[in-house]
Amino acid sequence: MSQLLAVLIDGLIYSSWLFIIAVGLTLIYGVMKILNIAHGSLYALGAYSAASLAGYWINQGHAPMGSYAVMLVAAILVGLIAGPVIERGLLRFMYGKDEIVLVLVTYAVFLILEDFVKLVWGVDPYFLYQPYSLLGSFDIADLTYPNYNLVLFAAAVLIGVVVAWVLTRTRQGKMLLAVIHDREMSAAMGINVGRVYFITFTVGAILGALGGALTAPMISVQPGIGAETIVLAFAVVVIGGLGSLPGAALAAILVGLVRSAAVHYRPELDLFSIYFVMAIVLIVRPKGLFSIPEARKI
Amino acid sequence: MKRDLTVSILIGALIVLLLAGPLLPRWAMFLINVSLCYGLVVLGMMLLMRTGLVSFGHGLYYCLGAYAAGTLDVLFGISDIAVMLLAAIAATGAVSTLLALLLRKYRDIFFAMLSLAFSMILYGLLVKTSALGSSDGFNVAAKTLFGVRIAGTEFERYLIFAITVVTAFVAAICIHWYRGSHRGRLAEAIRDNELRVEYMGASVANTVHINYVMSAVLAGLGGALAAISVGHIDPEMAYWTTSGEFVFVAILAGTGNVLAPFLGAFIFETIRSFAYEYSPNTWQMALGISMLIVIMFLPGGLWSLFTRMRKTA
Repeated sequence: MSQLLAVLIDGLIYSSWLFIIAVGLTLIYGVMKILNIAHGSLYALGAYSAASLAGYWINQGHAPMGSYAVMLVAAILVGLIAGPVIERGLLRFMYGKDEIVLVLVTYAVFLILEDFVKLVWGVDPYFLYQPYSLLGSFDIADLTYPNYNLVLFAAAVLIGVVVAWVLTRTRQGKMLLAVIHDREMSAAMGINVGRVYFITFTVGAILGALGGALTAPMISVQPGIGAETIVLAFAVVVIGGLGSLPGAALAAILVGLVRSAAVHYRPELDLFSIYFVMAIVLIVRPKGLFSIPEARKI
Repeated sequence: MKRDLTVSILIGALIVLLLAGPLLPRWAMFLINVSLCYGLVVLGMMLLMRTGLVSFGHGLYYCLGAYAAGTLDVLFGISDIAVMLLAAIAATGAVSTLLALLLRKYRDIFFAMLSLAFSMILYGLLVKTSALGSSDGFNVAAKTLFGVRIAGTEFERYLIFAITVVTAFVAAICIHWYRGSHRGRLAEAIRDNELRVEYMGASVANTVHINYVMSAVLAGLGGALAAISVGHIDPEMAYWTTSGEFVFVAILAGTGNVLAPFLGAFIFETIRSFAYEYSPNTWQMALGISMLIVIMFLPGGLWSLFTRMRKTA
């Protein structure tokens, strides 16, 4: 019984994490039709800046509780700088090219940023453990979990709700949905598509960096975390249906639970289980769970 | 129409490499050897790209070929180069024939993602297989060639080099011929407009299937030869960044000619070995920047520089 409970709780925690790293990716794809590999680097940038800034904050003897705010600020700063630089400086010259070419362009950005991270932060790992243990822990049955996991879960729910609310309830969000539905027609109706792209990419970048910042206290921040994370985010986004927010949420829960079950019962199938689910879903539903049927334009 | 010099250049390169091999310093021979292995994989990528498909999971076959060759020794104590290469061909051929039944229906990003999923499945399995060294992999040693012992002899390095050169030559000649054949020419038509190809009475699915299996077998051969030449294999060969490198080299080289992948692989490996030496932390950055330059200014890859020169000449 307690093992089943552990599977469920671990699964939910992992799902929250997966959703946080995937939501920016699916948003950018939905609006811009760009499968952004550089999302992995934004994640890494967020993790590195959070680890170094919050570490600095704590070492300076400021109140440790403030480190959460510092992590948040670090992520937003990264997104606000890197997002516009990538979109204005590079991607806007590429719109209209094949989707697969855009993937390659973001892959190039990913390679550049990977080394940028190494140049700025070096290759030694960073540890930011304080925020993880600071909040104490809670017990369920005879299992102990750090309260930080609740923060992760709350962050995932909050991000999901806010993004969904903005999309469906605000003027800006509705304009965004119009652009997703038909780019040319919305441009003809007077929506500034360039601006929508710019804002979407920046928000997506902030979400990516936020994923990294929230993860930083739970891992050792070192080169390669971006590459590791982006394939997981791909798996989630592709399973859910590219560009679908509810799809990403459902896929995160599905993958989170399957992986947690694998870790508890058959640890050797850990990574395998994730990509196995991805392959099965793609085979059964080639465009993911929540894909929208598309009218073919001739 | 100018005469096609590809076959003459290939034969020339074969003779020069085989004769010059013993005279080359060891590092140069090794560099060429590894580039040829890499070139074989990229040759396969080129076949797919001509069909309009970009696979972010070709590391699957690179790794599978290497492990098929390597596990023969672990499981059955067989370490004959010829048998190892045959095993790689058989394993990659069988797996790709099956997977192509699914993959041939997918295009664009979905093709890239499903192949990525398959390669990560292999990666996930190998990382946790302690009998095969988990994430550390294991050492591969080829001891005989057609039953004749080569391990420990002074020709060992050169023989492996010569086998790689000959394999690459045969593969290049075959693919060059295939590119000019009826089915080979269909690839580009499929990239341009599938519907029309179907209307003309050709089967898109079959062509994609055949090209996919051929490219997988080439990648498997490249992987097996790399395993034999380098002497070590690990699951990283199936990781998505390895597949990304193949895509990179294929874009860099262009799909214009069978020589392009080998040239691209050679440039790539040369830069890599020097970059590891002098500036290990900016090497990917250089890759990324050159990739952007190629995508923006040279959509046909480096090879299009040659064809442009020939046109103006």
